[in-house]
Amino acid sequence: MERFYVFLQQLINGVSLGGIYALIALGYTMVYGVIKLINFAHGDIYMMGAFAAYFAALWLGAGFFGALALAMGACLILGTLIERIAYRPLRNSTRIAVLITAIGMSFLLEYTMVFFLGARSRAFPELLPPVRIDFFDGRVFITGKELLIYGVTLFLMLALQLIVHKTKIGRAMRAVAFDREAAMLMGVNIDRTISVTFALGSALAGAAGVLVGIYYGAINPLMGMTPGLKAFVAAVLGGIGIIPGAALGGLLMGLIETFVIAYGQSTYRDAVAFALLILILLIKPTGILGTNAREKV
Amino acid sequence: MKTGKMLMILAAWLLILGLAAGCGAGASGGGTAGDVPGASGGGTAGDVPDGGDTPAPGDAPAVGETGGDIVVGVNFELSGNLAGYGQAKLNGLRIALDEINALGGVLGKTLVVKEYDNKGDNAEAVSLATRLMGEDKVVAMIGPVTSGRVMAAADVARQFGIPLVTGTGTSVGITVRADGEVNPFVYRTCFTDPYQGTLAASYAAGSLGLKTAALLVNQSDDYSIYMASAFQDAFEAAGGQIVDSVSFMQGDLDFRTALTKIKSAGAAMIFCPNYYEPNALIARQALELGYDGYIIGGDGWDNRDHLIQTAGPEALQKVYFINHYFPGDTGDDNQRFVEKYAELYHSAPPSFAALGYDTMWFVADAIEKAGAADPAAIDRAIAGTVGFQGITGTFDMGPNHDPIKSAVVIGFDEEGNYRLADRVR
Repeated sequence: MERFYVFLQQLINGVSLGGIYALIALGYTMVYGVIKLINFAHGDIYMMGAFAAYFAALWLGAGFFGALALAMGACLILGTLIERIAYRPLRNSTRIAVLITAIGMSFLLEYTMVFFLGARSRAFPELLPPVRIDFFDGRVFITGKELLIYGVTLFLMLALQLIVHKTKIGRAMRAVAFDREAAMLMGVNIDRTISVTFALGSALAGAAGVLVGIYYGAINPLMGMTPGLKAFVAAVLGGIGIIPGAALGGLLMGLIETFVIAYGQSTYRDAVAFALLILILLIKPTGILGTNAREKV
Repeated sequence: MKTGKMLMILAAWLLILGLAAGCGAGASGGGTAGDVPGASGGGTAGDVPDGGDTPAPGDAPAVGETGGDIVVGVNFELSGNLAGYGQAKLNGLRIALDEINALGGVLGKTLVVKEYDNKGDNAEAVSLATRLMGEDKVVAMIGPVTSGRVMAAADVARQFGIPLVTGTGTSVGITVRADGEVNPFVYRTCFTDPYQGTLAASYAAGSLGLKTAALLVNQSDDYSIYMASAFQDAFEAAGGQIVDSVSFMQGDLDFRTALTKIKSAGAAMIFCPNYYEPNALIARQALELGYDGYIIGGDGWDNRDHLIQTAGPEALQKVYFINHYFPGDTGDDNQRFVEKYAELYHSAPPSFAALGYDTMWFVADAIEKAGAADPAAIDRAIAGTVGFQGITGTFDMGPNHDPIKSAVVIGFDEEGNYRLADRVR
């Protein structure tokens, strides 16, 4: 029975980690879906979100929701700017050129922050009162922070789903994703649609950054590197370009990592995660939820 | 299938990037681990006084020729990114030098140090060692300060047959070469990284009487790995049992899974031989998960400000770590040193300053025992040191040229201030 409680506790840990990956993965998948670009700077936007919330709490005395809103707003602007400055001029270049630009942008963000703030990690202010809900006489428990991660993640995913499927701009995004030229001929403003895609994806990454700061209690300028890569894996795992796929992939990624540490060898945590990516791509190159659509070129 | 192929290529890219990211993280975080002696990890450099009130090393008066004096070389990192450590050690060393000369010098002569700045550069450290031993005819050399530089300069000491003593290089390879040979003429006065693991085990199994432990190790850092394996050997030898071992990577923020696992394994303590950044997160998350055992580690914990900010005092109540030095030590020698240090540099002495102070006294003591300003005799005196009393502990020089030395165990009071929990050896 004791093992079962531990299992539940690890499940709670895994779902929290997975929720954060899912939020980051959503941005990857949206951008990829619309302009077929792997935005490697996405993990660093997540880092910028964490710092935006940090400074909002420190300088403006913002509470949790204030810091979250400010961080999402800051990332929204940052994402739009990056798209405007770095990616739009390369819209008609080769894919590899844009990909390299994205990697460059990633390093630019990381080391600009290191330059101004130093590489050391900073304590994230406590924005929430400690809340703890016990089950089975306290042998399993869930903290307020974890509930918050679940809540915010779910809410943002549903909101995104609504925007993509029920609004005009969402329809434009789907149209551009399906066939950019046809959409353009039908009068869809491509530039604006792509800007909005970046803005939405970046805002989600910003939210993930704030949640991580609150959950783990420390942030640093290089914190976006590894989660960025893993969220990308999560997006590919679920089927890149597919929004529910990113959520599923993120969740799976978090659970796999947690259970490799909990019941396997912690040394192989990342190896297992990446091996899984290779395996899934071998069996199903389009990811778990991916469909084998004919390439329209 | 074209998308699939594209994704395959991307996956390959991703793996390469992953490697690159891993290396990068290692260099930024772990780099200081290998190079800088443990005492303060990467970050206390800021706490170290910059020595603004001391003369620049280049201005030191030329005294090598003055026949009546005994000259000891100092080859320190006084500029560059390791300058904080070198300057702190030099500050402590100068206090000792003044005391020695005020008490009549050594062998009835004035003790003089010739200070050079190696800029934290290996080649510079070697050429300055050659200059000190070849041209300036020093009888012994103190420094370099950090492990990488000490290893570079070690060959020069062997070549000239003049003792090199570092007070702060903690890497094992300084005194014992990879082939297992002890490096002749090369000594240190601080303990090594693995030795801290042994001391931590003796504190945990002895003073605290703990029977079960789990290891939480940074697998991308030698500092952590070596200390953990030394702890495991000593803890098991003392009858303890390692019930779990979890590793993590440089840059990880999430320790909840690992801590949940350790908690369920029923470990009475977690041995946590890492630097203060992951340590602070581990302490905080352990508190949040309701882990009520001890958390014990080495000198990588020594950054109080960071621990208090990130983890808070409540999370540190059952944290203990091995350290070189405790500034609040009530011994007379230490009180005098702390007062003098505060008077000159307006702060509490960091570990490096205390180690610099001890190293100067240690060398002076060896010259006195040798009875002559002769490097070979001084080398024998250093190797034969028994019961040297310093402010960082009392020690004998061991057969590997590493001191067999006591250490302090530091705990935290309710406000999170350091308190002396124990002494171990």
